[in-house]
Amino acid sequence: MTPAGPAATSDDVAARQGWMAVLARAPAAALAERIAALPPLPAHARLRGPETGLAMVRGRQGGDGAPFNLGEMTVTRCTVRLGDGTLGHAYVAGRDARQAELAALLDAALQRPELHDAVMAAVIAPLAAAQAAGRGSVARKAAATRVAFATMATMRGE
Amino acid sequence: MLSPGFADPALDAQRCFRAVLEATSRPGRVQRLAEGVLEPPAPLGLAAAAVLLSLTDADTPVWLDAEAAPAADWLRFHAGCPLVAAPGDAAFVMACGAMPPLDGLNAGTEEAPHESATLLVQVAALDRGVTLRLSGPGIAREHRLRVAGLPPDFGLRWARNGAGFPRGVDLVLCAGAALAALPRTVRITEGDG
Repeated sequence: MTPAGPAATSDDVAARQGWMAVLARAPAAALAERIAALPPLPAHARLRGPETGLAMVRGRQGGDGAPFNLGEMTVTRCTVRLGDGTLGHAYVAGRDARQAELAALLDAALQRPELHDAVMAAVIAPLAAAQAAGRGSVARKAAATRVAFATMATMRGE
Repeated sequence: MLSPGFADPALDAQRCFRAVLEATSRPGRVQRLAEGVLEPPAPLGLAAAAVLLSLTDADTPVWLDAEAAPAADWLRFHAGCPLVAAPGDAAFVMACGAMPPLDGLNAGTEEAPHESATLLVQVAALDRGVTLRLSGPGIAREHRLRVAGLPPDFGLRWARNGAGFPRGVDLVLCAGAALAALPRTVRITEGDG
């Protein structure tokens, strides 16, 4: 796995986006629990942060409307460096500095070929499964409250 | 390999800003930054790296000469400043090699002379070498600054820079953890006289 840079292929970028998204959604306690199950990760140095700031969230109506500023959200970011120079970045919602640092450390570890498969299996896969299950459960609960207005359509249809 | 920036980004940048302010208001007086405030990326010295980190951000285009180019990634990561290809487009010009011609830099306009570029030159030393005798605003009578590593025709180039006042370029000399500033108002005569 090469670091995402000009030379990285779109597959590498998509894969990294995938695990960074999973890490950004995982709370610090879940990350720490998964890291404890791994063999010790390489030592890391903080390059920047963890630091908390605001990011403007922009939206657009309908996908082709004019962009507008939806509002600001709190974001915590962190960048760490492993001994060999590999950089790990993390941007997470909220103000949990520990989550940002652990996510950055795991992002760096996932770029190391010798660690990639172990971290994928022990951290990313179970977290992704748990997040998908959580989304599925919310979607099912929402689906159960769905009201169909089919009767109105048939009345008008006559 | 990237190295970290300021250990305490807000306070360390403010201390460095204060040092630049002191250096500019007392031209030629050498200011020293605390050692270990950051780990400068090669080939920048502590003072050059700290000044760039304190003064540049996303709104200030920076030009690095070929010798300073290895620090480009570090600067872009920590300061987030755009790096431009031509020295004339830059608000801050960093030279680790030969001093670039002053008339090629942005000297501001008559209406807005403060929009001119600031030139940072990393010199060999600020305690030996040629003696510059400085006078002008901020100096009661005369101040002497010793600099090693400026071009031999520096006095002539500086006089030409001052002739366009209020337009002109301000100069910050950095060597290791020491820095001294020569604002465009300073008059220089060389020699021990």
